[in-house]
Amino acid sequence: MNNMYISPDYEVIRNMSRCITCRVCERQCANEVHSFDPDGNVMISDESKCVNCKRCVSLCPTHALKIVKNEDTLRENANWQDATIKEIYKQANSGGVLLSSMGNPKPLPVYWDKILINASQVTNPPIDPLREPMETRVFLGKKPDHIERDENGKIKTDLAPQLELSVPIMFSAMSYGSISYNAHKSLATAAKELGIYYNTGEGGLHEDFYVYGENTIVQVASGRFGVHEDYLNAGAAIEIKMGQGAKPGIGGHLPGAKIVGDVSKTRMIPEGSDAISPAPHHDIYSIEDLRQLVFSLKEASQYKKPVIVKVAAVHNIAAIASGIARSGADIIAIDGFRGGTGAAPTRIRDNVGIPIELALASVDQRLREEGIRNNVSLVVGGSIRSAADVVKAIALGADACYIATAAVLALGCHLCRTCQTGKCNWGIATQRPELVKRLNPEIGSQRLVNLITAWKHEIKELMGGMGINSIEALRGNRLMLRGVGLTGKELEILGISHAGE
Amino acid sequence: MKRVFVKEEWCLGCHLCEYNCAYANSGLSSMVKALQGKPIFPRIHVNGNDSVTFAVSCRHCTDPLCVKSCISGALHRENGVVCIDKNKCVGCLTCMLVCPYGALVQDETGTVTKCELCTKNSCGTPACVAGCPNNAIVFEERCEE
Repeated sequence: MNNMYISPDYEVIRNMSRCITCRVCERQCANEVHSFDPDGNVMISDESKCVNCKRCVSLCPTHALKIVKNEDTLRENANWQDATIKEIYKQANSGGVLLSSMGNPKPLPVYWDKILINASQVTNPPIDPLREPMETRVFLGKKPDHIERDENGKIKTDLAPQLELSVPIMFSAMSYGSISYNAHKSLATAAKELGIYYNTGEGGLHEDFYVYGENTIVQVASGRFGVHEDYLNAGAAIEIKMGQGAKPGIGGHLPGAKIVGDVSKTRMIPEGSDAISPAPHHDIYSIEDLRQLVFSLKEASQYKKPVIVKVAAVHNIAAIASGIARSGADIIAIDGFRGGTGAAPTRIRDNVGIPIELALASVDQRLREEGIRNNVSLVVGGSIRSAADVVKAIALGADACYIATAAVLALGCHLCRTCQTGKCNWGIATQRPELVKRLNPEIGSQRLVNLITAWKHEIKELMGGMGINSIEALRGNRLMLRGVGLTGKELEILGISHAGE
Repeated sequence: MKRVFVKEEWCLGCHLCEYNCAYANSGLSSMVKALQGKPIFPRIHVNGNDSVTFAVSCRHCTDPLCVKSCISGALHRENGVVCIDKNKCVGCLTCMLVCPYGALVQDETGTVTKCELCTKNSCGTPACVAGCPNNAIVFEERCEE
């Protein structure tokens, strides 16, 4: 059977008056779009292979290239859009499940953009962060409900284990395997320099990175890849991954092609074997089961490390979080439906889960109502795009935010959303040595440090404007937020008033 | 003295250094005008194979064989930088023969051309270093060998 021709998504436009045929585009494209035609002494391109990652555009020394949307179009139809029809053709050609990467790109509401932040005027003075001290440090972990005294009347000061963050931002889980050694090294060194944490994801911890243990969160997922006693004790905290925002209800699948060399060794599975994480943890079918795993991990790490339970934001998230807060976990991480991934079935990524803003507001509210908010810290992720999103998340009730898409963007990612092919031209989501070396961790970590430093400045500016000089005073301070263009129900769930109220 | 060093671990083999070098030494205001449709004679060259690549340019040796062997006195040292006076070069290519690094090349005029650390063009600091997308070429002080 012949496959139906599907016209390419992009067109490569080469400005011939600028092209100097240096062939940088050809050498830098792992998708083999560009080639040199010696007969005509010109560069030519095969746009059917282009994923619009912008590597060639970025490196072209004369800026002769641009990638544009292919104008070749089907008859316009608001219901059957081009992308929808092409997906049907692809599935009719292949018979397979469609795969995608990175976060949900659909035009669903982004509540962050419908929430506005307050500022002080006249009666309550704003604070200038350049002249006055501002505290952005946060501690994550179980907090005491009340003061306890010993037999001599002295206050007991022994707290449950805490994570100390210089700024309420952490790099969320991306496994070694789904991203490269150099990407992991960039994250680890940046986390150390910034006084925050990065997360190993479910692929284990490469032996070279044990030295960054104080700034590492080690993850235990349903596949248990790379989990052993030293690993559990290597990090500052242990995270149980129950779910991921990009693909709630299913586990990860790292293709065998990426299980090579050190990835296979770190995951403790044979080279070339697919790393398939089961959808459930086969030992967890209830909160009681979860509690057993939480305490198994605490036991294995001598109760010295906080345990995080990460779940995807789904319909009953408030009840689920309430259960987790009673399971002995120290921190709950919630991943919204826009969270990224190295590969997920398209239908799941685009249709499953709920927005993090609503999940966060309802979880914080529920835990407060039940008097168990101090049992846990809340960390939220799933498309935190800027310092303003961080401030809004904290005001909605989060203790800290997880970022990953923003972090890989800082490393060079252009969101072409084809991580699943393993041919990342930016050296991030690939294991091919010639591509991995394109990400120099010296440059990568500096860019991450720059990003978080810039966000920290912005967070201080925004807090100062509100007359708040400490993150602690902003947390759950929903009076600092107003909604615009939201329905009464949405405002009720977010627990905020409409602008003008 | 600061010299150009190469970290082959990070070299992508993109050859941008060659084009930045040729442009920097063209004296022209646009890279397109300088390089389009012409053969280029950069003073830095990417060597290697499929798995390893690295750029090679003049090491600016403290006791340079090329200067010793130059029959016309064209090659000389200026503040540690090995320079060439193109007016004196007769194109005998002895320097190319003796250079252990293969750092000298003959250009379109038949005379030899070589890296002068961009001290003789408008860049001031090496253009190959500034234009390297992966910091694989660095300009720094290291212990004299």
